[in-house]
Amino acid sequence: MTAYLLKRLLIGIATLAVASIVVFSMLEIVPGDPARLMLGMNATPDAVQALRDQMGLDQPVIVRYFEWIGGLLTLDFGKSYTYSVPVLDLVTERVVVSLPLALIALALSTLIAIPVGIFSAERRGRAADTISMGAAQIGVAVPNFWFALLLIYIFAVWLRLVPAGGFPGWSAGIWPALKALILPAIALALPQAAILARVTRSAMLEVLGEDYIRTARAKGMPRRTVLWRHALRNAMIPVLTILGLQFAFLLAGTIIIENVFYLPGLGRLIFQAITQRDLIVVESVVMLLVAMVVVVNLLVDLSYAIVDPRLRTNR
Amino acid sequence: MTMPAAEPTNSQEAGFVAQALRNRSFLIGFVITVFIAGMALLSFFWTPYDVTKLIVADRMLPPSATHLFGTDQFGRDVLSMIMVGARSSIAVALVAVGIGMGLGVPLGCWAAARGGIVDDLLMRFNDVVFAFPALLSAIIITAILGPSATNAVIAIGIFNIPVFARVARAGALAIWPREFILAARAAGKNRTQITVEHILPNIANLLLVQGTIQFALGILAEAGLSYVGLGVQPPMPSWGRMLFDAQTRMMVAPYLALIPGFAIVFTVLGLNLLGDGISDIIDPKLRRQR
Amino acid sequence: MKSWKTILAAAALALASSTAAMAARTDLVLGVVLEPPHLDPTAGAAAAIDEVVYANVFEGLTRIGSKGEILPDLAESWTVSDDGKVYTFKLHTGVKFHDGTDFNADDVKFSLDRARAENSTNAQKTLFAAIDTVEVIDPATVKVTLKQPQGSFLYNLGWGDAVIVAPESAETNKEKPIGTGPFKFESWAKGSSIKLVKADGYWGDPVFLDKAEFRIIPDAAAAIPALLSGDVQAFPNMPLGDGLPQIQSDPRFKVVIGSTEGETILSMNNKKPPFDNLKVRQAISYALDRKAIIDGASNGFGTPIGSHFAPHNPAYVDLTGTYPHDVAKAKELLKEAGLENGFKTTLKLPPPPYARDGGQIIASELREIGIDAEIIPLEWADWLKQVFTEKDYDMSIVSHTEPNDIDIYSRKDYYFNYDNPAFNKVIEELNLTSDEAKRKELYGQAQKILADDAVVGFLFELPKIGVWDAKVEGLWDNAPIQATDLTKVKWAD
Repeated sequence: MTAYLLKRLLIGIATLAVASIVVFSMLEIVPGDPARLMLGMNATPDAVQALRDQMGLDQPVIVRYFEWIGGLLTLDFGKSYTYSVPVLDLVTERVVVSLPLALIALALSTLIAIPVGIFSAERRGRAADTISMGAAQIGVAVPNFWFALLLIYIFAVWLRLVPAGGFPGWSAGIWPALKALILPAIALALPQAAILARVTRSAMLEVLGEDYIRTARAKGMPRRTVLWRHALRNAMIPVLTILGLQFAFLLAGTIIIENVFYLPGLGRLIFQAITQRDLIVVESVVMLLVAMVVVVNLLVDLSYAIVDPRLRTNR
Repeated sequence: MTMPAAEPTNSQEAGFVAQALRNRSFLIGFVITVFIAGMALLSFFWTPYDVTKLIVADRMLPPSATHLFGTDQFGRDVLSMIMVGARSSIAVALVAVGIGMGLGVPLGCWAAARGGIVDDLLMRFNDVVFAFPALLSAIIITAILGPSATNAVIAIGIFNIPVFARVARAGALAIWPREFILAARAAGKNRTQITVEHILPNIANLLLVQGTIQFALGILAEAGLSYVGLGVQPPMPSWGRMLFDAQTRMMVAPYLALIPGFAIVFTVLGLNLLGDGISDIIDPKLRRQR
Repeated sequence: MKSWKTILAAAALALASSTAAMAARTDLVLGVVLEPPHLDPTAGAAAAIDEVVYANVFEGLTRIGSKGEILPDLAESWTVSDDGKVYTFKLHTGVKFHDGTDFNADDVKFSLDRARAENSTNAQKTLFAAIDTVEVIDPATVKVTLKQPQGSFLYNLGWGDAVIVAPESAETNKEKPIGTGPFKFESWAKGSSIKLVKADGYWGDPVFLDKAEFRIIPDAAAAIPALLSGDVQAFPNMPLGDGLPQIQSDPRFKVVIGSTEGETILSMNNKKPPFDNLKVRQAISYALDRKAIIDGASNGFGTPIGSHFAPHNPAYVDLTGTYPHDVAKAKELLKEAGLENGFKTTLKLPPPPYARDGGQIIASELREIGIDAEIIPLEWADWLKQVFTEKDYDMSIVSHTEPNDIDIYSRKDYYFNYDNPAFNKVIEELNLTSDEAKRKELYGQAQKILADDAVVGFLFELPKIGVWDAKVEGLWDNAPIQATDLTKVKWAD
């Protein structure tokens, strides 16, 4: 198992290294001069050049790449071109919005999907199964930003139960902050829950069809015990894989959803940074997101090993 | 995933049609897909109104007999825009699937045929691409290349490559040890020949199912990119863009936000049902589970 | 010790809020669409900076008032030499920066020299181009000598880019702005809000508000719910939206449609064929239906313009009749230019809705006369590079929001690629003239030349849509410069 995890870890690190090169070189070719953008239409050429010097934009590419990497490793992400504050501060301010949002959405999606999936698998072919899987089928087809618009319309504009957008900050208290996150989290979670419910259901059905489950049943084990102790444990592998993928998807989904609800999270930050050519912020945030995905994938790999003892030796 | 026991034959294909006619998912999905595709095709020849002509005086008329789905903020007929928008969605998703299949399938088959280092490297590359949140990368790609339908296609297409590579490799790996392949090898056929003659026909079904799934995802991705302004560009109508424009007008003209959304859901639902139907028919074990 | 302070503070706050119920409110939350990149108006072009700090946190020697007039600010008074080249400013005394340091003539010299220095990153360096020397006569007197007389010098000093900063804090103003104004900076939660509080010991007229918060609400869709729920009590520059009628009919709110200095134009590359042909530019001008453009791109708000001048300016001449909407005439002119079959061209659009929406309407109108304009949307960075700097464009739409900027048409290498000696001569004369009546006449001539030459397609003056609680008084109706002047703002009881 150690060898297996070590291999996964190495792959994770390689991924990050490749990602850093790709991200850096991609942004090198982005058109537009950040200095010109900051100074606007009436700035004189020498004012623009002076700012370029100040920002160190004229150093060779290689130098800037290694300075950047060195900075990332020592948690010094550099200074934002537009806000002229350390990128790290900017990112920390935003992570406390995006990460809770993604986690709440993930929790919501899991809490809805897994019981629904199991419930449907248990009642395969009956009305309850047909209805919940029909709903899931529709859920998969709903774009989350459109769902978000509908939620805003119903709960914020019409019923006025929650704010239509914005984030008061955690300093305003847990409840107001959570209130601002609830609609975005639901918008993110529901389409994901639909996918997860379908996966859970078919994984359960697959496991329930296996010989050892039939044997256990034949031996007179109670239905519930079979379901929860044996079947669910084995059905968890595909479910975990999807959960891991979903986390990446949720993080990316926050980019659009944060724009719908104008939440000051990483997604908005990266969007603003791209349009303002604040390359250093874009690079850092992308790397951070990729790192989060890599870590989550590692956790998924680790949990495979825990859920499925065979993997400890097999891979 | 279990493969059919023998190489596919003509009789099996005949069975496909018979089974298809009995499969509810397939039928509903097929009808929806044909309807949307037909609407898109029709829009090349006829739409109720010209979507390139803006009549500001007629802006934001609610649905009525003259404008079945109302008009938008420039006085364009929403029904006509939905019809032309279907074209954008289908075109983007179709080409993106084409890119994914065209590059991913050969890569996957190659990895399965060679094994060893080639396989390892390709799969690691896949891991790297998977680690990027696809939407984020699409946003960066379109931000670099400039927002346009072509660049949206490229961005979505790139992330289809590893998906198809994975499916093709998994499918091919399951077939390589089979007896008829051993027989072909004994007959002196090389790996490329075997892949083309025996492997591909056997994984075609799998690829078809994955293709419909990716097609549906492509429609959603295009809508998302257009919604944030990075996909299909005006004056060409697109469903995602229509939703963006509708957002600020939701309180006065909710129909502008509802109609394009329903169009997306309907299309994606149809494609997903079609995909489910096909996989039910070709894979008896899976059907038992659905 | 610390806990004692907290308790005291809480008690004080409780007292304050209980008495607040009787007296008028002294706090205000304002919505702004764009978040400023930083808060130093002398180091960035973003209007969003001035919208927070101008007149509130930072002050200049002069300032611009609500009607666009020049008012004394840190300079109590001034004298101008007869040749118009030497300005002597008498400064207010007893003025302190928010960090407690004294304001005097040295700060003025420092600020002006810094703005026009070789390595200056001031976005409007041309404002200071005429300055030859800045001398400190005594702590309360500054003498500025110009290279040549400049009619607009006092106006230029009123820009946000010309505010006075202290050497001690100049470098940190981006994050922690320190000025001499009636409000001092308190905090900035990035992406969400900026808070100002009343400064102690302000030298000028006392202000009414104790606290002001600028909340960043970039979305038109979110602005209306924020107002309706009372979270935000004023939106000096409301993002356009079709939801506005709903607010207008609500007696709790006041909706003020004012004007700005933003001339919205369809710019054309005057050196690039076929736009180098006057007939083609005239044809395009005839093809434009300003009413439809204003309706579709600006919700029906905004005054049509016929030249590059703000309608509220006393020197404005109405030239909208020069090229009325006339499709037949436009087609005829194209035919005369040898382009009866039209031509293909591009329309590069920056992000604001007036450009993106206006662009679609204009493209549709141009199609009527056979011109096929492909729309190319650009982010600001690309727009500045491709259109503004490299002049790699055919047509574009942008609002020129700098006040009184008709002289841009005389600038060498400006992105219109327009060069008319007759026009340049008028602008030159303007620069040397300080007599108001004569200036007015010259401005009129300049407007007429631009209109006749159809240099660009003149569309409309960008409106300023202000929405605020009906009980709030003192916010500006118009926007002669980009600012949210809070010095006179108060709640009616």
